[in-house]
Amino acid sequence: MTVVITEPNDHEHHEHEHHDHKPGGIKRWLYTTNHKDIGTMYLVFALIMFFIGGAMAMVIRLELFQPGMQFVDPHFFNQMTTVHGLIMVFGAVMPAFTGLANWMIPMMIGAPDMALPRMNNWSFWILPFAFLILLLSLFMPGGGPSFGWTFYAPLSTTYSGDSTALFVFSVHIMGISSIMGAINVIVTIWNMRAPGMTWMKMPLFVWTWFITAFLLIMVMPVLAGVVTMVLTDKYFGTSFFDAAGGGDPVLFQHIFWFFGHPEVYIMILPAFGIVSAIIPTFARKRLFGYASMVYATASIAILSFLVWAHHMFTTGMPVFATLFFMYATMLIAVPTGVKVFNWVATMWRGAMTFEVPMMFALAFIVLFTIGGFSGLMLAITPADFQYHDTYFVVAHFHYVLVTGAVFSIVAAVYYWLPKWTGNMYDETLGQWHFWCSLISVNLLFFPMHFVGLAGMPRRIPDYALQFADFNAFISIGGFLFGLSQLIFVWVLIKCARGGVKATDQVWEGAEGLEWEVPSPAPYHTFETPPVIK
Amino acid sequence: MTTKTYEKYYVPAQSPWPIVGAIALFFIAFGAGHYVIDISNQQSGFGGYLLLLGFAVLVFMLVGWFRNVIDESMSGLYSAQMDRSFRQGMSWFIVSEVMFFMAFFGALFYGRVIAMQWLGGSSNNAMTFELLWPNFEPVWPLVKTPGGIETQAMPWTGLPLINTAILIVSSVTLHFAHTGLEQQKRGQLKLMLLLTLLLGATFLSLQVYEYIHAYRDLGLRLDSGFYGNTFFLLTGFHGLHVTLGAIILLFVFFRVLKGHFTPEKHFAFQAAAWYWHFVDVVWICLFVIVYML
Repeated sequence: MTVVITEPNDHEHHEHEHHDHKPGGIKRWLYTTNHKDIGTMYLVFALIMFFIGGAMAMVIRLELFQPGMQFVDPHFFNQMTTVHGLIMVFGAVMPAFTGLANWMIPMMIGAPDMALPRMNNWSFWILPFAFLILLLSLFMPGGGPSFGWTFYAPLSTTYSGDSTALFVFSVHIMGISSIMGAINVIVTIWNMRAPGMTWMKMPLFVWTWFITAFLLIMVMPVLAGVVTMVLTDKYFGTSFFDAAGGGDPVLFQHIFWFFGHPEVYIMILPAFGIVSAIIPTFARKRLFGYASMVYATASIAILSFLVWAHHMFTTGMPVFATLFFMYATMLIAVPTGVKVFNWVATMWRGAMTFEVPMMFALAFIVLFTIGGFSGLMLAITPADFQYHDTYFVVAHFHYVLVTGAVFSIVAAVYYWLPKWTGNMYDETLGQWHFWCSLISVNLLFFPMHFVGLAGMPRRIPDYALQFADFNAFISIGGFLFGLSQLIFVWVLIKCARGGVKATDQVWEGAEGLEWEVPSPAPYHTFETPPVIK
Repeated sequence: MTTKTYEKYYVPAQSPWPIVGAIALFFIAFGAGHYVIDISNQQSGFGGYLLLLGFAVLVFMLVGWFRNVIDESMSGLYSAQMDRSFRQGMSWFIVSEVMFFMAFFGALFYGRVIAMQWLGGSSNNAMTFELLWPNFEPVWPLVKTPGGIETQAMPWTGLPLINTAILIVSSVTLHFAHTGLEQQKRGQLKLMLLLTLLLGATFLSLQVYEYIHAYRDLGLRLDSGFYGNTFFLLTGFHGLHVTLGAIILLFVFFRVLKGHFTPEKHFAFQAAAWYWHFVDVVWICLFVIVYML
């Protein structure tokens, strides 16, 4: 791919001319329409939420350090598990990916900005308010949401606290934010590609986000629908999820997981895109099987609409339904396997180096695959009867979300940080961050498989004595993982303040439009579209 | 790729409206949450006021934001590419709206085809039926719930049929308004648009009348079991969308009176029309699935 960047020609001076200097002060951030500013805000917000949600995880691990009730009462423990999940899913992982999309997609496709820049800023600024409402609800009389992040009826209807309405409306505005963000991404990719940036030349990060945005637009409204039904069931006397009125609590699970399963791919497809960018760079080889990667991503997205009830094998669905969902779920292993083999094949005989982004990407491949395999085990209906609602499930989804999604986000930040700040990050500290995270995260989540298989239920603040040693071990892993992330913050602050100047290409093997622009990337890039030949 | 001329894509410099909009949504969500909690606890609180304040700020934001956009559009800042961004954005927004309704249609399907039969003892649910509600009859419309709440079904003849005709005609008049715009027949455009608005308003009034009739005469209420739930939430959300669509069309009408829109460039008109046709299609699905079947 050769790129011709034409010199910006200032033949036309519009009335509203672009300010090439950055506006100063707080107004820059409040009023901004710049995709890089908005991307930065998303990423900083996600990091803050990662620490708030992480602090709640620390409370959970503290309580579970020893059997018996130690520090918190069960109701507060339930609030911690619930809000930890909500914050990590909607406040940390999703905004972090949206931030990366904001920063990188316009630069990767040669667009001057996102397609709808003002709406972009609106999408972002809704989020802090949504989470403010959610966090404030914790201080309401009766406490915050305590029904698990999946808010199953009747826990969220008949048995929930007063503050449930606040939870419902905060989810509503989070959904509005996500939908607007997704519309922006999809329109940007569809309409703003530079001449010559054909569909099958797009970087995989752009492809995966395009498909993710489609999933978001399809399922976030369904989430809005189901929280609305929870609201009316709880406060207005409807009986969607109440059998006495002709409804069915299982209906809740169907609607929720119709949203919820595509949601987990929303949190992993962009990760696939990131890894598909990093592996070729540090293996100094073209990505193996580009087209198959695109088709695999699309297949996963389509299949994600057909597998939701694998979360519900123990609800007493008819056997025919469980069989359908079991086989459909296992089918997802095929396109996912295509991806993993493609990454491995990309590295085959590559001239590899092991900088921090590559280390996180490699850890992603191995550990995400472990999470995928435990997912395959959970997909087997008769086996799932045993694993359901145990720590095995907790281990599974933390492998795909922490060592999967979060590791990929961290890898992406290390990978593009020199482009954002113009400075190289501290490689030694970064390696420390990687190794501390890698070791502690496995101490944290791997033993959960064993206690889960042995029957320890999730979301319970106490456990049988035989799980004591493993839980102490897990908690120590948890605290170490939490502390390790402080190194990350240190690296970020240090890199933002200065360091060795990065070159435009930053990494020797990096290819793509974002590496053609200077480091740090100027406030406005590609005001005149580059020509890709 | 064919050779296109790439004009400079208009990226607005800075705008206060998004943050104002975010604050509006904060007031709305926080206010609505407290308002709902207040009414369920039968206490008075600040929720309702905060909700109203939120809507006021939202209206202020929308007016300011749209004024900026219209000014930019009228001063020729928008390229064809920009126009495509708007069109695609609107299309995807409508897709998301379709999915919102799908959640409720899906719930209706499940409740009627699956949950109701199971409550009647079919599949492997014989004991639920025998032990909990042995007198339950699984017939749709569900006029008697397993818990014993009784109600009456809304017939599809009469008002709903008239309303269906009104909405379909309003889509047709809107289409003729569009052809009027494209053929520079401003008279036809204004007349047909006005007619569409009047039909929309009639539909909404009849819908309100139908609700009163349901509550007063039929005993069909939001809380009278699964039939009432789905009836009121589906028709209610549809009604809200008609209201929103009518407000959008009203502003488009004012712009038409001011002489805005050309046969080539009329995205706002187009978007409003798409939205109106979309709520029309939702109604047809609703009429068939909720009322007739």
